[in-house]
Amino acid sequence: MADILAYAETRAGALRPVAGEVVAAARAVADQMNGQVVALVVGGPGSAEAASDLSRFGADRILVCEAESLNLYQPDASVELLASVTASVSPAAVLFAASAQGKDLAARVAARLDLALGSEATEIEVEGGSPVISRPMYGGKAYGRFRFLQSPALISIRPNVFPATADPREAVVESLAAPQVTPTTRVVSIEAAERTTLDVREAPVVVAGGRGLQDASNWQLLEDLGEALGDDATLGASRAVVDAGWRPHSEQVGQTGKVVSPNLYFAVGISGAIQHLAGMRTAGVIVAVNKDAEAPIFGVANYGVVGDLFEVLPRLTEEIRAVRRSDG
Amino acid sequence: MRSIVCIKRVPDSEARVRVAAGGMAIDASGVKFAMNPYDEFALEEALRLKEQSGEGSVTAVTVGPDEARETLRSALAMGADEGVLLRSVGSFDGLAVARALADEIATRDYDLVLFGKQAIDDDNMQVPAMVAQLMGLPCATVVVDLKVEGRGATATREIEGGHEIVEFDLPGVVSAQKGLNEPRYPSLKGIMAAKRKPLEEKDVTLADPKIELLGLTPPPARAEPEIVGEGVEAVPELVRRLREEAKVL
Ligand SMILES: Cc1cc2nc3c(=O)[nH]c(=O)nc-3n(C[C@H](O)[C@H](O)[C@H](O)COP(=O)(O)OP(=O)(O)OC[C@H]3O[C@@H](n4cnc5c(N)ncnc54)[C@H](O)[C@@H]3O)c2cc1C
Ligand SMILES: Nc1ncnc2c1ncn2[C@@H]1O[C@H](COP(=O)(O)O)[C@@H](O)[C@H]1O
Repeated sequence: MADILAYAETRAGALRPVAGEVVAAARAVADQMNGQVVALVVGGPGSAEAASDLSRFGADRILVCEAESLNLYQPDASVELLASVTASVSPAAVLFAASAQGKDLAARVAARLDLALGSEATEIEVEGGSPVISRPMYGGKAYGRFRFLQSPALISIRPNVFPATADPREAVVESLAAPQVTPTTRVVSIEAAERTTLDVREAPVVVAGGRGLQDASNWQLLEDLGEALGDDATLGASRAVVDAGWRPHSEQVGQTGKVVSPNLYFAVGISGAIQHLAGMRTAGVIVAVNKDAEAPIFGVANYGVVGDLFEVLPRLTEEIRAVRRSDG
Repeated sequence: MRSIVCIKRVPDSEARVRVAAGGMAIDASGVKFAMNPYDEFALEEALRLKEQSGEGSVTAVTVGPDEARETLRSALAMGADEGVLLRSVGSFDGLAVARALADEIATRDYDLVLFGKQAIDDDNMQVPAMVAQLMGLPCATVVVDLKVEGRGATATREIEGGHEIVEFDLPGVVSAQKGLNEPRYPSLKGIMAAKRKPLEEKDVTLADPKIELLGLTPPPARAEPEIVGEGVEAVPELVRRLREEAKVL
């Protein structure tokens, strides 16, 4: 028996999109180990109800700690919960999302339990009964394979890489008492970005713009394309345009921005500097629009269009709207 | 404000990374090394906090090989007061590095311990929160804004779709994200002064790693890139290919 513990994160009483991915990834590992998937949900009012949805992705047991005080991520309480649940479940692996919350928590849990952590795995195999991970390193310029000399293995998985495959179970939901801890660090509030769009790290489609757009006011062109592509799409940016103050840093893709793995990535007016490629080369399909046929971005683009973005973009938006309309 | 800043020597972000024969390390020949870019934000923040409070110190600490002395010199040139080299071969196990740093930090007086959010070689994003947990210190990671008033700190963390506001009391741990500040360049005077600043060196033995590298490989190859066409005329063909071939529309 080798169970897998999946930390399914919440925010304000709702599951985060990555929660399904973590549980589904845990399911795939547990199947190879003949084990169960135990999902742990920590959050504010509404979490217990939301948590039952995790049975869809293959959770056999769902442990929920719901408390008003846990409505936002509270690291000290979550660390203690994970420590006690890990002790009682004694899983072969504990999976987290490599998200802002998951990475912060996973590192704390590793130190708390004296265990090594494998960050941002893009692949988990089972060899000789224990997990082996692959993970990008050096900004994606090399991949490392690692095995764990301990049990449980602590692993965080890169968002958008492991599919949230449905594999429904009859799950039991059990509730846990909130741990009694004196917090050292208090999360007091969250400021949402102006628009409630998906984060660039989690969006299945990213429309990214670079210096080729010439001015912040031209972003309307990218917003139109994003809108044509639907709710799954969000905006990204190169560092040049973030440094110019045209776009917020939260949208920056690359080595000193975010690493993204969407199904579809549009690089518009982006040259494809090595630090930018570090952030997006694991995207499923890359489309580049650039007027310079020699731009390095074309070296990684599945589909390139050489041309003036101010002509190409409006036409592309129009064409995508048209095919979407004909799809109904 | 007395700050300790943990800095790491890493391949420059421009560096071409090749896997060395044997597949267990990168080929360091011809690779330019530099201070981890996120650590520059951490160091800059520490320098500003010292300047604003008009008192205190900034100590740069690194775990690394002899060559990491150069990274400490850059920190001293930027304005750090002293450097500490914990001489050791590195480890892919973030916890082993965190322990060595925590042991050193525990011997010192400080108000704040600052880190970069992530080292751009191992890309672990582990060490800061681990050090905090090991030492029982409050901690905010991936910070884009920091305010210190008296013994209280308010940090703004970058999270998906927004920011998280975190409060804690000093002493505490912060890891820096781009956006926190604009790191200064060392002045000529700074570079000269750095030569006379104290730089302590000692050997440390890292704990045995609990995660083992089986091999390093180049990134998986992407599908052969292709130019669909030029200008607006290429658009219908692009959309057709995205629908029918790639099936992403
Ligand atoms: C330590 C470090 C970290 C870095 N981290 C990052 C990072 O995280 N992310 C990042 O993106 N960069 C990063 N960079 C910066 C990187 O090196 C590049 O400077 C940056 O990516 C360039 O942005 P760009 O492609 O928008 O601009 P440019 O390189 O100026 O490219 C603009 C492109 O637009 C094209 N263009 C211009 N006009 C048109 C038009 N009308 N139609 C079509 N195409 C047009 C041009 O042909 C050109 O290719 C980092 C650099 C360093 C040193
Ligand atoms: N060998 C090291 N010496 C000093 N600081 C380090 C070392 N490794 C990591 N750090 C610090 O921890 C941060 C995060 O590193 P990592 O967890 O390895 O991604 C870095 O930005 C540094 O501030």
